[in-house]
Amino acid sequence: MELWFTERHTPNVKFSIKVDRQLYSGQSEFQRIDVFDSKEFGRFLTLDGYMMLTEKDEFIYHEMITHVPMAVHPNPKNILVIGAGDGGVVRELTRYPQVECIDLVEIDELVVEVSKQYLPTTACRFDDPRVHLFYEDGVKFIRRCEDMYDIIIVDSTDPFGPGEGLFTKEFYGSCYKALHDDGIMVNQHESPFYDEDAAAMQRSHKRIVESFPISKVYQAHIPTYPSGHWLFGFASKKYHPTNDYNGTKWNMLGLQTRYYNTRLHIGAFALPSYVEELLRDVE
Amino acid sequence: MALSQCDAPIYEALRKFKRMRVVPFDVPGHKRGRGNMELTEFLGEDCLSVDVNSMKPLDNLCHPVSVIKDAEMLAAQAFGAANAFFMVGGTTSAVQSMIMYACKGGDKIIMPRNVHRSAINALILCDAIPVYVNPEVNHQLGIALGMSVSQVEKAIEENPDAKAILVNNPTYYGICSDLKRITELAHAHGMLVLVDEAHGTHFYFGENFPITAMAAGADIASVSMHKSGGSLTQSSFLLMGERINSDYMRQVINLTQTTSASYLLLSSLDISRKRLALGGREIFEKTVEMAEYARSEINAIGGYYAYSKELVNGDSIYDFDVSKLSVYTLPIGLAGIEVYDLLRDEYDIQIEFGDIGNILAYISVGDRKRDIERLISALAEIKRRFGKTETGMLTQEYINPIVAESPRKAFYADKMSLSLEDAVGHVCSEFVMCYPPGIPILAPGELITAEIIEYIRYAKEKGCSMTGTEDINIERLNVLI
Repeated sequence: MELWFTERHTPNVKFSIKVDRQLYSGQSEFQRIDVFDSKEFGRFLTLDGYMMLTEKDEFIYHEMITHVPMAVHPNPKNILVIGAGDGGVVRELTRYPQVECIDLVEIDELVVEVSKQYLPTTACRFDDPRVHLFYEDGVKFIRRCEDMYDIIIVDSTDPFGPGEGLFTKEFYGSCYKALHDDGIMVNQHESPFYDEDAAAMQRSHKRIVESFPISKVYQAHIPTYPSGHWLFGFASKKYHPTNDYNGTKWNMLGLQTRYYNTRLHIGAFALPSYVEELLRDVE
Repeated sequence: MALSQCDAPIYEALRKFKRMRVVPFDVPGHKRGRGNMELTEFLGEDCLSVDVNSMKPLDNLCHPVSVIKDAEMLAAQAFGAANAFFMVGGTTSAVQSMIMYACKGGDKIIMPRNVHRSAINALILCDAIPVYVNPEVNHQLGIALGMSVSQVEKAIEENPDAKAILVNNPTYYGICSDLKRITELAHAHGMLVLVDEAHGTHFYFGENFPITAMAAGADIASVSMHKSGGSLTQSSFLLMGERINSDYMRQVINLTQTTSASYLLLSSLDISRKRLALGGREIFEKTVEMAEYARSEINAIGGYYAYSKELVNGDSIYDFDVSKLSVYTLPIGLAGIEVYDLLRDEYDIQIEFGDIGNILAYISVGDRKRDIERLISALAEIKRRFGKTETGMLTQEYINPIVAESPRKAFYADKMSLSLEDAVGHVCSEFVMCYPPGIPILAPGELITAEIIEYIRYAKEKGCSMTGTEDINIERLNVLI
């Protein structure tokens, strides 16, 4: 017997993982949620058939979306995380003792419940007393926030489906308003490789550029995402991601990481020429 | 077998016709799309395959005897009308037909001045003489309201020979007149009641909405099924009460109606009627819930005023349609039209219209909660990024016109073209309006005043899309010599 999970990365490209067994399948108010187990990638979570994370490569995504802003901001205390119901970002954030408050806004409560049950590697820090869960549309939640956070991490799904609103200018503008004067927003920024992803990436970059005075992009290699080449957005009111970066200070914290390190931090902002060009086109 | 609201005779006949794979040696010449592949790829094969001509199994809109007749009967039942006609020329054609039914050349018709241009166009066509009842105006919001009963009464007394009264109910903004009382008054004086109910389709199917034209006893109503009813753009219903001779009405409609009615439009009316008859209550309950939610969130932003039933005053605002999301924007220092443009240009959100003081977002069952959140957030962001003080904003929206000539006489008169400032004091021979909403600032036969010219300039400056004049740039007006 062979059972395969397949996701279309483009109408002409498929990506498949051999499935050992399906652990969960359910439909929430917002989306279809599935958890599979596999020999190669361990357990993996999909939403509406799109890969969200695998146990094997989630560390890359979660370390890069979390430690980059945390290492730039000199004193991050109040953090807002939008999306991220799988718990991966929260896991990384709770490793910082100086963090006082982590508000997590996830639209779909079932994602959190399913993650708690089937994905213990990521959904392991929800019980930290600093973590506050809000099951709400992120667009709505942030509308009411003003001058409240040091860092906002937008761990969204793709720019279609329930996560659509997290790629809009009204949302980025609301994030700007919700941040302190030296705040930083980091977001999942799609891929530059396939045409449709690249177009979504450009659209979102353009909107961030129009909303923040500093808007940079960095990259990571995530094997189970389309093309494997993935980008993150770094938008900031004050701090530059590499010029205002103190790697020694971060190293002093003594956090053990598997992907992120201080040399990679600088290097991640060095982008391939074609990506620089895509970004320049909309800046 | 007796038909019920579960049936959709035109739709079913088209499906049957499709299965028969009839070889077309008739129009349309695209022959189920095969002759125009680019169009077929764009609109879809299914769509082109039912873009067919009238024929025996599919009936004929100009003279319906089978499936269209059945579908019209079902529509009449669904709307509580004695008869109903499918209209393929938009609600414009329905409004014109009801006026042309009621009035011949020289007949008087009582109507509010803030009607849609289609009503005044009908006056040009049939040479009826308008007796305008100036609507009351809410000066804070700058919008024209409904007709007050006392004003209608006065117009009837002064013009006992008028043949009909036209009521615009609800208005674009959702404001309703006391339709029942106006109908009683008109009938007591032997006048027909015609209702432009373009924005009121949902009143017939939802709960707790203002009274419908048919329920109020009005004689004819024009209903834009394509607005809140979900059918294709350009498709509408004309509804008739007991005292209307529907066979004569059909002849009136056929004066200007196409003989090649689109089956895409007809089937969309048929399917949408079925959908609303079976599920309308739930559909509009959801719509209202979304509108109410958006209203409370927008009011919580501050500055904006999303108004509702609190405006009701028992007369010129007899009732309010809560499914409408009308928002007054001047307190944030931006004209409605500016907010309308910002929503589209900055946030990729297209709303129905913006005028000097207000915006209108059209809410329907097709909306998703997350899109409503986007709209609210975008309004909050517009206030944060672009908000100014309220000072210096023009508030007066509605200007009572001075009628000097009948619309037809003015439209066909000898005329000359003058610049805006030179036109003051002359009688206009054409329309000037912002579209949407399409309510004329000036109509043929009306005196051009300095106040009106100032208003036109201000609306242009704020970015309103102005239409109606022969001069495409609205820098010159045609006036009577």
